[in-house]
Amino acid sequence: MAEDGREESVAADDDSQHTAEDGIHSLNNTMVEEGPTLLRRMEICVAEAEKRSGKNTVNMQETFTVYLIETRPMDALAEGRNPAPDSLWRRYSEFELLRNYLLVTFPYIVVPPLPEKRAEFVWHKLSADNMDPDFVERRRVGLENFLLRVASHPVLSNDKILHHFLTEEHGWKEVVYETGFQAKADSRLKALSATFRVRNPDKRFMDMKHYSDELQSHTSQLLRARARVADRLYGVYKVHGNYGRVFSEWSAIEKEMGDGLQSAGHHMDAYAASIDDILEEEEHYADQLKEYLFYAEALRAVCRKHELTQFELEMATQDLISKKQQHEELATGIVRTFSFKGMTNKLFGQEAPEQREARLKLLEELIEEGEEAVKDKTVECEEHVEKAWVDMQRFKEQKDKDLREALINYAVMQVSMCKKGIQMWSNAKECFLKM
Amino acid sequence: MSVGAPRALASSGQKPITEILHPLSAAEEPLSATVGGDKQEVGLTNGTPVETSSPASTSSLFNRLQLDDDLEADVRDPYADSSETRDLFVTVDDPKKHVSTMETYITYRVSTKTSRVEFDLPEYCVRRRYQDFDWLRIKLEDSQPTHLIPPLPEKFVMKGVVDRFSEEFVETRMKALDKFLKRVADHPVLSFNPHLNAFLTAKDLNKRQGLALLSKVGESVKHVAGGYKLRARPAEFCAMGEYLDTFNQKLGTIDRIAQRILKEQSEYLTELREYGSVYSSWVGSEDELLRPLEGVAGCVTTSCGALEDLGENMSQDFLPVLREYVLYIESMKNVLRKRDQSQAEYEGRLEAAILRKQEDRTPMPVEVEKCQDKMECFNADLKADWERWQSNKRQDFKQLLTGMADRNINSYEKSQAAWESLITLLQDKQTEDKTSETN
Repeated sequence: MAEDGREESVAADDDSQHTAEDGIHSLNNTMVEEGPTLLRRMEICVAEAEKRSGKNTVNMQETFTVYLIETRPMDALAEGRNPAPDSLWRRYSEFELLRNYLLVTFPYIVVPPLPEKRAEFVWHKLSADNMDPDFVERRRVGLENFLLRVASHPVLSNDKILHHFLTEEHGWKEVVYETGFQAKADSRLKALSATFRVRNPDKRFMDMKHYSDELQSHTSQLLRARARVADRLYGVYKVHGNYGRVFSEWSAIEKEMGDGLQSAGHHMDAYAASIDDILEEEEHYADQLKEYLFYAEALRAVCRKHELTQFELEMATQDLISKKQQHEELATGIVRTFSFKGMTNKLFGQEAPEQREARLKLLEELIEEGEEAVKDKTVECEEHVEKAWVDMQRFKEQKDKDLREALINYAVMQVSMCKKGIQMWSNAKECFLKM
Repeated sequence: MSVGAPRALASSGQKPITEILHPLSAAEEPLSATVGGDKQEVGLTNGTPVETSSPASTSSLFNRLQLDDDLEADVRDPYADSSETRDLFVTVDDPKKHVSTMETYITYRVSTKTSRVEFDLPEYCVRRRYQDFDWLRIKLEDSQPTHLIPPLPEKFVMKGVVDRFSEEFVETRMKALDKFLKRVADHPVLSFNPHLNAFLTAKDLNKRQGLALLSKVGESVKHVAGGYKLRARPAEFCAMGEYLDTFNQKLGTIDRIAQRILKEQSEYLTELREYGSVYSSWVGSEDELLRPLEGVAGCVTTSCGALEDLGENMSQDFLPVLREYVLYIESMKNVLRKRDQSQAEYEGRLEAAILRKQEDRTPMPVEVEKCQDKMECFNADLKADWERWQSNKRQDFKQLLTGMADRNINSYEKSQAAWESLITLLQDKQTEDKTSETN
């Protein structure tokens, strides 16, 4: 999962390497100040979850959960002081708002995802209820993870809105809306789902987009398969509980065998019960997979943004070419391409010289504007490519590290499960031997 | 042929039956009937491999070796003395298919080693088919009606449903036949039955005549003609009957549970395989994650294999033994019924005789005395067999359940080993990468 901010505080002196990295990143960020990430300056955690009731936007009573965000300045901790943390309460929808803002403001960043809104990939015993305490707890962890990832991101961590989110309980929403990101949000959504043909997309981005599809497909397949496996495994363990009952009943009619059977039965019951904890622990692995399932979406969005800017650039270029052509035709009188005006001129005679002059003038202005537009779009495109490529590399490294760790942890979980199973059956075996 | 160093073994406390030395040298045993999936090579002090099969034949040996204080039943075992020197050892193995114009059937090799004078030679080796075992059983029931005859595996199998010649079926049946024969050979009375002798030694069992007749009529030949009603069954025999009924019920439940577990495990296995293949297919789009993903896929496959083996073993070794005991219970109940009949006959004749005596002063007829003798013999034999059966049952189930535990442990161990080696592999690579980074 994300770096633990607390760990980093001890190594605060060894910032030089990190600052250098930041320096590289901030070279491309004209709007972000240099400096170590927020996480190094502030300890963040999502400490608790509570149920609240209140009126919603349509004035109806509803119950929702709020999460306590606690922050403490890192330097105070480094000095050995232990001040009380600042804290505020936020609900899930506010996290969503923050993330949407970040998505729009930093379209070249693979923005960390939030934990799922509703429980999905559920195996039967697990509750799909948002109010279920286990779900709330896992969500708390997921929200904390989100904040830690954002706060340790070289670019995102310096955002002022993020700061506000962490420190100002009231009035934060208004501040966000004031940035006007909503308008951009709508167009972004439209662009993401639109289909347009790009002539010369950056191949690396196309490959990355393809990869994001693969990542999404595989993680979701894995999550679904895992849920089915969990379901079946649950069944296997629970049926063994029946042995417990029958051994107990059987022991009643036996003399020498009775004690051994009875004890063995208890171990069978324990075996059947052990699956609950095993599967609950495995949910953590599922959460890690889910994070990357959603990360795949974010990665795809960055690639799509490239396609969009590239497309817009191509459109602007195309437009400029056509305007220049029109200008040329009008100036030289040679018609290269068909135009309605050209036709009408031929049929009805050319226009008056003053009109022609006016039109030429207009075209020249449009061409000038067009050239500006192409220049701006080119810069936008190139900047996006540059910044996005850097962040995508960062993301790849993070993903490789995280998923590798997740897989190792999964293996550790499996070993633990085997050990437990062996223990239970060995206990039962000892009882059988005593029969 | 006494056992070499049994005392040394006994001091190690509760040893599972599979580790008790059996004097029968089983050097040519191609299929060692090891119960519990235990593939250990247990050997005698002289190095010959040991046959670790049915505990019934070694139970009395085992009883003598056990020093546990909870074996009072065995102290009461009236046949304990005769087990001091084991002198008859039998094995059933080596199934072979025979194809003739009339039929196709399987024969098994029956090997005997003995020092008994009733046998001309010390060793015998004959081939027998299921029919022959059936013949033996019927003959034993007819000639020893007061004794409990061990059961045979099911005679008839639905031709369409079960493949009579599949390896699994043949092996399961063979193990059951082996157990049957060992139980008979172990029995202090039945093992001296001349029919057993013939079965073990004759080149060609001359049994064809009358077999068809006997198989139907045989059961009832020694049956007392009905009509006598039982007055009062002694409490101990009532208790036996009740015990058998409850035990039968419990066995049925265990059978159902075991089958349910097999079913659930099979469904789990299907999903697990699918799960493993998702990891494999993910490999294609990754580079750094290639090794961990492949590794996980591999471990899942290993776990699948272990699970498959577990299921097969349970289905082949566990369920048949349960079902065999159900048959055993049926046999036992039959014997109880015959005993009841014998008591009823005696009481009936006694009553009739008393009435006649009152009328014309004739002395107690000899038949009545004979009936009384018969009944008392029956009761004694039955009680002794019951004790013996209880003791064998205890060993059998101890072995069966321990075997089940062992198989499950084994399955987990295989899986654990795979996952642990993956962790080592991945963590080693991690430290490799870290050191190369800092360099």
